[in-house]
Amino acid sequence: MARLSPPSPAAAGPAKRSARPAPKPPEAAGSGHTPPPGWHARIDPAPLLPEPEPYRLLGTPAARDLDPALLRRLYEELVRGRRYNRQATALTQQGRLAVYPSSTGQEACQVAAALALRPQDWLFPSYRDTLAVVARGVDPVQALTLLRGDWHTGYDPRARHVAPLCTPLATQLPHAVGLAHAARLAGDDTVALAMVGDGGTSEGDFHEALNFAAVWRAPVVFLIQNNGFAISVPLEKQTAAPSLAHKAVGYGMPGRLVDGNDAPAVHQVLTEAIERAAAGGGPTLVEAVTYRIDAHTNADDATRYRDAAEVEAWCAHDPIDLLERELRDRNLIDDAESKAVADGAEALAARLREEMNADPVLDPMELFDHVYAEQTTQLREQAAQLRAELDAEEDR
Amino acid sequence: MSTATAPASAPATRKPATMAQALRQALRDALADDPHVHVMGEDVGTLGGVFRITDGLTKEFGPDRVTDTPLAEAGILGTAVGMAMYGLRPVVEMQFDAFAYPALEQLISHVARMRNRTRGAMPLPITIRIPYGGGIGGVEHHSDSSEAYYLHTPGLHVVTPATVADAYGLLRASIASDDPVVFLEPKRLYWSKADWSSDAPQSVPPLGRAVVRRTGRSATLITYGPSLPVCLEAAEAGRQEGWELEVVDLRSLVPFDDETVCASVRRTGRAVVVHESSGFGGAGAEIAARVTERCFHHLEAPVLRVAGFDIPYPPPMLERYHLPGVDRVLDAVARLQWEVN
Repeated sequence: MARLSPPSPAAAGPAKRSARPAPKPPEAAGSGHTPPPGWHARIDPAPLLPEPEPYRLLGTPAARDLDPALLRRLYEELVRGRRYNRQATALTQQGRLAVYPSSTGQEACQVAAALALRPQDWLFPSYRDTLAVVARGVDPVQALTLLRGDWHTGYDPRARHVAPLCTPLATQLPHAVGLAHAARLAGDDTVALAMVGDGGTSEGDFHEALNFAAVWRAPVVFLIQNNGFAISVPLEKQTAAPSLAHKAVGYGMPGRLVDGNDAPAVHQVLTEAIERAAAGGGPTLVEAVTYRIDAHTNADDATRYRDAAEVEAWCAHDPIDLLERELRDRNLIDDAESKAVADGAEALAARLREEMNADPVLDPMELFDHVYAEQTTQLREQAAQLRAELDAEEDR
Repeated sequence: MSTATAPASAPATRKPATMAQALRQALRDALADDPHVHVMGEDVGTLGGVFRITDGLTKEFGPDRVTDTPLAEAGILGTAVGMAMYGLRPVVEMQFDAFAYPALEQLISHVARMRNRTRGAMPLPITIRIPYGGGIGGVEHHSDSSEAYYLHTPGLHVVTPATVADAYGLLRASIASDDPVVFLEPKRLYWSKADWSSDAPQSVPPLGRAVVRRTGRSATLITYGPSLPVCLEAAEAGRQEGWELEVVDLRSLVPFDDETVCASVRRTGRAVVVHESSGFGGAGAEIAARVTERCFHHLEAPVLRVAGFDIPYPPPMLERYHLPGVDRVLDAVARLQWEVN
């Protein structure tokens, strides 16, 4: 995969899945030339292979069978998500957010991941997945706590089953595996979905997480958003694999390749993977091919490493446009409804502006509160020191 | 949370037991008392661990509670994080000190700070057992004293037993803690023996409390883990020089028991910190600084450190030149400016 490009119009159905074949017994001895003792074929790799090209629904005959309510919901969340990204980036320019890694262009992955999960499932996001966190139901302002800098995580992970936004790359993937494994041991119907980028697939934790997941048959789904770049480094410098989805085969789990800008397709592939995991079928690796339209963060200059023509090609394959075209072709949305969705997104942006423009109320003494269950003697001494410094500051 | 007492009806028959046996008993009792406790690591199942600390546990509690994992330390600790997030209480075994390094990112970036990242919402009660230290004739990468890496990471408790009874009590306390604990097992003491009963109710010391192992008025030897027997032997030998040496066993490097340590040094006026890890930037540097800051006006001499040299851990045929022994400890005691008085 030398260069990411929008998928060709030819539709590709999902690869056929089949149950694991029983291991074949070794050949009978006799010739004296047999496979090494103890060796036997383990599983057939063929059913694990991903689609030959990214799976799509929009613009294909299969799209006609899609649930209109789901399409409208996806559309609404995509529009909200894009507005959220734009507003958050604007807040960095106003000094109200320390940094914002935008997911503009990747909204279909973000929204589909959140909507595919059931309430009892868990989401393990990376730092670029704020939209998925919000679409999962976390308060939009609380979700920005990390990036605003008033604390590291602004929400209780257990409230919506959303792990903290994870900054060190791919390190949240083994957490998802462990949680899913624990849920399975408890007999609970709980699946974990972990999100990672193309760059994150080079990390050791990606490998270890997938290996543990497959060995334990943990109910976990890995979603790679292949957005073409790890900050500035393109995919061809990241991997020599046929596709990132192919990496699944080496671990003994199915890989799926999907058009990451086709929201219903991503939703369907993830839903199938979640159902498979919940049914005891084990983990799935999903590669969603998408594109980061914005720079890495507000602090990055993307013109240094990619050309405008590439960005334009992807803008022509925009996830909102693709879905809106489908909705309009089928008369599932009119101008008034479209405006209502846009107005809802504006209201969200206005709320973000309003709440983020108020200075957060911070208590520096809280710095010592969550290090241990009980403060150590040393922390009590240091808290007293800071208290004295604060008092002296007030007296000046 | 588990309660750490054995059945009160059991007869208390004290007989020689090894530290390895006490550790195994602690794991067994924790598994029996609390269904949330899970033991996981490389070879901890069928084999019972390379040091046999988990011997028989997978047979008793099943492979879902005592689990042979794939050979990947970051994966072991990373999945333990997720298990703890779901409410379990994982006890992770790292096979050797130097093999725990692949897990450092999970340890530092997640285990140590998940409580803090989530503003207290998501504590991680994980115990990470690590056999550490030298003196067993191990080849390269089997003898590191890695405590300084851990104690410099806020959010972790760092605990190390030096006696058979503490091996049981401190491990029970660590597993019961709602904070992550790096539990450093001095591997050269695995086969040390003491009269100890696995039947009697065991005393479970609170984490973070040091203990005076031997009283004396001349000087304080501050030590922990594998160096405690060295210090006790030095204290005995020091009597011939006319020194009555007090020996403080820290038991826990984090939290650090300033109170017990400083009370001893204020009594004796002299202190030597003894550990086998490299001296530069080591635990002894912190301890010497703390003692000096808190006990300066009681000190008759600078606080000295006796430590391993600042070299990569030596090959087994040379390790005895590296490890602090009785003579190096007593040489340091001799340099505590006795001539001034």
